[in-house]
Formats: sequence, C-alpha cells, structure tokens
Amino acid sequence: MNNQLTATVRPINSQASIIDVQGDITAQSEDLLMEAYNTSSQNGTEAIILNFEGLDYMNSSGIGLLVTMLIRVQRQKQRLLAYGLTEHYRQIFELTRLNEAIGIYDDEVAARAAI
Amino acid sequence: MSESSTENPLPRNAASWAQPVERMTVGDVPSEAINLNVAGRRPMSPLQGFGQLWQKTYRIEFTDAAVSPETLIKEWKTHFPEFWPSGNRFYGSVSGVAPGDVVVLNVAGPGGMTLSTGIRVIYADDESFSFMTPEGHMFAGMITFSSYDEKDHTVAQVQALIRANDPVYEMSFRMGFGHKAEDAFWYQTLNNLASHFETSGSISQRNVLVDKKVQWSEVKNVWQNAAIRTVLYMPVHLVKRLFGKA
Repeated sequence: MNNQLTATVRPINSQASIIDVQGDITAQSEDLLMEAYNTSSQNGTEAIILNFEGLDYMNSSGIGLLVTMLIRVQRQKQRLLAYGLTEHYRQIFELTRLNEAIGIYDDEVAARAAI
Repeated sequence: MSESSTENPLPRNAASWAQPVERMTVGDVPSEAINLNVAGRRPMSPLQGFGQLWQKTYRIEFTDAAVSPETLIKEWKTHFPEFWPSGNRFYGSVSGVAPGDVVVLNVAGPGGMTLSTGIRVIYADDESFSFMTPEGHMFAGMITFSSYDEKDHTVAQVQALIRANDPVYEMSFRMGFGHKAEDAFWYQTLNNLASHFETSGSISQRNVLVDKKVQWSEVKNVWQNAAIRTVLYMPVHLVKRLFGKA
C-alpha cells in the first residue's frame, strides 16, 4: 500500500526548523520535499532537522532526493540533521554514506541539543 | 541492534536494499575479465566525488509495446549485460541483478583501451534497481533504472546522480567528451532494451546541474583513478594472459 508523503514544517526558533516526514519518500516526493525545505529555510535558518518517525517507505529514488536536499543545505551554509530513523533506515544511510554528511540522532531532544 | 517486530516493523521493501559494506568484495569472474579497481574499494555516493553534481535522466517511451513496467524491469534485471553497447562487459551474476551484488565492468575507453571498474547493486525491487560506484570509477554516485506507465505508454528510464570522481575525469566532462560518451552509452542501452521487446521509441534527456561547485577536499580521489590504474596494469595483465595465469 502506498502512503502519500506529507512534510510539515515546525519552526523551533528563528534559526532552526523541523520537517516532520510522514509516509513514503519516492521520486514523486520531490516537489513536496523541496517545498518543505524552502519553507523551513526562510529568514536565516541555520539548521534543518528531519523527523523520520513517520517514515513508512523509501526507495533509492528517495535517497537521491535527500542527497539533492543535502547539497542545497550545504550550499546555503546550513546544517542538516535527522532523528527518528529505525535501524533499517540507519543502515540505508550507512549504505549510501549519507550518514557521513547528515547528523543522526535518537530523538528530537538530542537533535535540538546538537544545533 | 535488532528491530522489534511490534515497535519498528520493517517497511514493505526492506529486502530490496543491500546491506552496508565498508569495502567491496568480488566473487568469481571469468578469466578473460580484467578484474581491477573493485575489490577493496569503498562505495562512493555523490557526496564523496570531486566534480560538479549532475542529475542526468534518459527516458525512452515505447511506442507500441504491450509490456508492463514490472515485466520490463524483470527482463532488464535478468538480461542487463545484453543491453549494453558492444565492447563493454558487465561481469555479474548469471541470475540477474540482486541487492548486494558486486559486478566487475570492463568499459570501452578512447583509443581502444579498456577501463576496469565496477558497481554494487544497492537496491532492486519490481519497479527499479540502483547501483553505487566504487572509488576510482569515472563517477561517484548512484544510477537508478526504472519503468513506469505514462499516458498508456511504458517508459524505461535511467537516472544518474553523479559527480566526476576526480579532476582527471572532471576535465573530460568539462571538455565535452565525457558527457558525450556517457550519453551515447545510455542511448544505445535504451535502444537495445526497446529492441528486446521488438519495439522502438524516442529517447529524451534532461540534465540538471544540481551543484556547480567542485569539492576540492576530494581531489585525492585521483589516486584511485581506475583509467590510469588500468593502463598501468595492462602490461602485467597481458603477460599473465600470455602465460595462462589471468
């Protein structure tokens, strides 16, 4: 069963936002994910935290989208962090070496503390 | 750490992903293969490459074939080497493309030279499959092969998210012939795929320059350049073949 992606932006303060991801990340998620990034990235944002607690499914095209988002973050001199990854998705981040560029934390408290 | 089946159920495509590895290992390859620059190499994502980051998408829309995307992907995985342009060899598993497979490639280079490199299959399901490249390959990145329905036509797609691995390769791209060779390769592959289904189609291409900056921190990748290493090794390879020890 395919679960449509939702990506909700939750500002923490003037310098950081959380994007709550819910559903499937596939090639069809590009517009939604980039829109969420643009929204979260306004007004001097320095850090963006991806909350993957609601992630149901991701294929290799989805990983490609995260790479593209990461590049945009880096070019804006921002940081990209993540939490809520199950062991399965942590292994995928390790497989694709995304874990070397995205800070991964166990929960929201830890991710916020790392900003 | 193992998953709790009640708290963290595995997603429906969990088995489609390969396990992470620190370095690639190669199984048996035919004796005629030049087996270099794969074993012991680290997988490279676009984040570890040197050159500009490109997303290149090649699509062929079949004009009249009644083949489902699932059938197309199944055939593509099973017969993958057969669709490659002549002169290029893909020494993979006889059972087709599967997550975790490491494949030795002998790629036709300029002037009749052969470049030995490889790929690792990181993902494969009924709708798509993806490769990551090793250190020394022309590209650092991922290539995804997929198929889908669009307006009652079946589309086959190759999408590469890649950086040139080092300054030598990047120069070939900036001078044009690197991109030209890459484009010709995938055009021929998609045409061969269409012929397999006894059809044809027009190929479209879309290039997006995702990151125009190079990553100078990765200039050291040139040390692993597979083209240079293959050329340097060739005399040894030829002597071994001469004495039947390849």
